[in-house]
Amino acid sequence: MSEKLMLGNEAVARGAWEAGVHVVSSYPGTPSTEITENCAQYPEIYTEWATNEKVALEVCAGASVAGARAMCCMKHVGVNVAADPLYTAAYTGVNGGLVVVCADDPGMHSSQNEQDSRYHALASHVMMVEPSSSQECKDFTKLAFALSERFDTPVMVRTTTRIAHARSRVELGEREEAAVKPYQKDAKKYVMMPAMAKPRHVAVEKRMVEAAQYAETCPINQVFPGDKKLGVICAGISYQYVREAIPQASILKLGLVNPLPRQMIADFAKTVERLVVVEELEPFMENQIAAWGIQVEGKALTGLQGELSANRVRQIFGQPVPERFPVQDIPGRPPVMCAGCPHRGPFSVLSRLGYHVTGDIGCYTLGALPPLNALDTTLCMGASVGMAHGFSLAQGEAFGRKAVGVIGDSTFLHSGIPSLLSAVYNRSHMTLMILDNTITAMTGHQPNPNTGLDIHGQQAPQVDLEQLCRGVGVNRVRRVDAFDLKGIETAVREETQAPEVSVIIAHRPCALLNKGKAVTPLKIDPVKCRGCLACMKLSCPAMEVGPDRKVHIDPNQCVGCALCQQTCRFGAIEGAVEEK
Amino acid sequence: MDIVIIGVGGQGTLLTSRILGALALEQGQDVKVSEVHGMSQRGGSVITYVRMGPQVASPMVDEGCADYVLAFEPLEAMRALPYLKKDGTVIVNTQKIMPMPVISGAAVYPQDVLERLAQQCRVVALDALSLAEEAGSAKAVNLVLLGVLKKLLGGDEASWQKAIAACVKEKFLAVNQRAFALGQNH
Repeated sequence: MSEKLMLGNEAVARGAWEAGVHVVSSYPGTPSTEITENCAQYPEIYTEWATNEKVALEVCAGASVAGARAMCCMKHVGVNVAADPLYTAAYTGVNGGLVVVCADDPGMHSSQNEQDSRYHALASHVMMVEPSSSQECKDFTKLAFALSERFDTPVMVRTTTRIAHARSRVELGEREEAAVKPYQKDAKKYVMMPAMAKPRHVAVEKRMVEAAQYAETCPINQVFPGDKKLGVICAGISYQYVREAIPQASILKLGLVNPLPRQMIADFAKTVERLVVVEELEPFMENQIAAWGIQVEGKALTGLQGELSANRVRQIFGQPVPERFPVQDIPGRPPVMCAGCPHRGPFSVLSRLGYHVTGDIGCYTLGALPPLNALDTTLCMGASVGMAHGFSLAQGEAFGRKAVGVIGDSTFLHSGIPSLLSAVYNRSHMTLMILDNTITAMTGHQPNPNTGLDIHGQQAPQVDLEQLCRGVGVNRVRRVDAFDLKGIETAVREETQAPEVSVIIAHRPCALLNKGKAVTPLKIDPVKCRGCLACMKLSCPAMEVGPDRKVHIDPNQCVGCALCQQTCRFGAIEGAVEEK
Repeated sequence: MDIVIIGVGGQGTLLTSRILGALALEQGQDVKVSEVHGMSQRGGSVITYVRMGPQVASPMVDEGCADYVLAFEPLEAMRALPYLKKDGTVIVNTQKIMPMPVISGAAVYPQDVLERLAQQCRVVALDALSLAEEAGSAKAVNLVLLGVLKKLLGGDEASWQKAIAACVKEKFLAVNQRAFALGQNH
C-alpha cells in the first residue's frame, strides 16, 4: 500500500472512507473543517454542510438509525451546540455506526475559549478515542465505527489543533464497503420519552461497564516500559511531547480516553515510583485516577491553560532546555480585515457613531481590534442577536437606541434566526445588522444556504435573507451596500430610532472571492492630501502613512472598494468610482 | 533537521512547508509538518514548523531548536528568532510589510531590523521579491527562499525537483522552477 503525507483532518476523512462511511454532515469550524472538505472528495460518501452542528448531528443520527454509517465533525464549541442530540443519542444507541469528531483548540489559535471536550464524552456516557498522529487519526476513526456498532453507541474522536493541522505519514488502505443495515422500527429504542428512556438509561450504564472492561485490553491503550522512577500517562499530542522530551520514562499511552482502563492504570502505577499525568487543559484523567485512590500528579505541574510542548515537558521533569535567543521587542502583527473587506464599512460607521455593538463569531470579530474598536461583546455563535435585545432592556431607552447587533450571514443562519424571532415576539426595539458576504469566510470559504452553491460547488437553493427576516415578523428590513458609508449611516441612524425590531442587511461578497479578478487600485494625489488621516481610521492594510505624513495606497493590495475615497474631504483619492 | 517558516498570511508559507514535507518523503525520512489555519491567516503572522529525520515525534519545533528560520519578511524573522538554534541560520526576504499597529500609528517599524538580526545570528538576507518577479511572478518568493535553503542544505537536485512538482500546480511549475533556480544562484 502507498504512503502519503496527510493532515490529521485528511486522515480522519480517509479513515471514515476506508470504514465505508455513507453520510457525513457537519458545520465548519477551525480546526475541524478540512475533515468534511476531504470527505466531499470521495464520491462514495454523501457529504453536506448543515446549518449548524445540532442539525448536522441530527442528520447523522437519522442516517445511523436508518442503517447507514455516519460521521459528524465539529470544533470543540460545536459540541455544545450538538450536545442536545448527542446526550440522548447515547441513550438510543445506533444502527449503522455513528462517529462524532470534535477538534479542540488548546491555546485558542482560532477560538473563543479552550474548553475540554473530553468532559462531553464523560457526561454523555459516550466512548472517546484520541489519536496522536495522522496515522492514528485514520486508524482510530476506523476503530470508532467498529466500536460504535459493537457497543451500540455514538463514539467520539477527539483531536486538538496540533493533531488536526499537522501533516505526517499515513499508510493508505482500501475502502471496506459497509452494507447499509436493514431498518426495523423500534420505538422502545428510538423514541425517547420517559417510559422508554428509563430502560435505555439502564442500557447506557450497562454498556459503559462493558466498555470499561474492553478498555483494559483494548489494543490502542499501550504500555511502553522504561525507567521505573517515572511513569507518565498521556494521550494525543501530549504523548508526542513526552516521547520527545523524556523518552526514558515508562509511558502508558491511552488511545481510548473514555472510559479509562482503571485496572491497567492501577497496575501501571504499581510498576513506577512516581506517576504523572501529562495532559493539556483540564485534569480529566488525573481527577479520575486520583478518585480511585491512586497517588498521581498532574495539573500542579502542567497547568490548566494553553498548549504543552516538548520544552515544557522537559522543564516539568527537570531536563535541560535548549538555550534560545530572547523574544525581540518588535511590533505585533495581529490578523486584520483584508483590503476590500465588506465588513470594514459597517464597523467604521458603528465605531464613529459610538454605538454599543454586540458582535458574533467570524472574520468580523476582527472589528474589535484597534483602530476600529467597534465591538462591545463576542460570546458564541448567534449571541449577537439575543445580547442586542438584552442590551436594549438593561439601561433604558436612550441606551437601547445605541445598541446594535452585528452578525455574519452564515452565523445568522447557524443560530441567529430563533433569537431574532424571540426578539420580535417580545416586542424588542433592537436593531440587527447582518453582514452578508455570501460565504462562511473565516474557516476558509465554505458555502452556506446563502451562497447558492453546495459543498461540491454545485448550484443549490439560495435563501432570501430579507424574506426570511420578514417571515419571522420583522417589518423593518432594509438592504444597504456594504461599501456605501453614507447609506449605512442613514440606515443605522433611522433603524435604531424605530420602536420595533429592525434588520439592516449590508451586502457585498467577501473580498477574497474576487481574488485574481482585474481591479483598479485607487491613488492618492499628494498635492491634495492634507495628511488629516481621516481615511486611516478605516484600518485598511493597503494604506500607510509616509514620512511626509501623506497617505500612500499600495496598488498591489488595493482592490478599489473606494471606502477611503468616501472619507476624504479634500478629494485627494483618485480612481474610478465603481458603479453601484 | 528542524525548520521554522514564518511570514504574513497570504504569502505562501503553507506551500513551502508542503514542498519540504514532500522532499523528506522523497528522501525516505520521517517528517512532520505543523500548520495553523483560521484566524491568523487574515494578514497576521503565520508560522509553520517542519521536522525531518529518522524518527520524528512532536510536530512542533521547540524554542532554541530550529536549524533554519525561513522568513518571508524581516519583522517576522525577528519574531521567530527564539526558535532558532544558537548556531542556526536565518534566511530572510528583505521586503517589508507593515503590520496594522504600524499602519495605524500605534507602533513604529524598526528601521534596523536586518542589522539587529545580523548582530545576533547567521543571516542570509536577499530581495526575494525582485528575484521572484524576475522569475515571472511576485508570488514565487517562497521558491526563491527554498532555493537558498537548498544551496545551504545540499541534497540532490532531482529529489528537490520531484518535491516541487508534487506540490505545485502544473501551470505554475515553470515559474516556480525558475524562482527556485534564482534562489540557488543567489
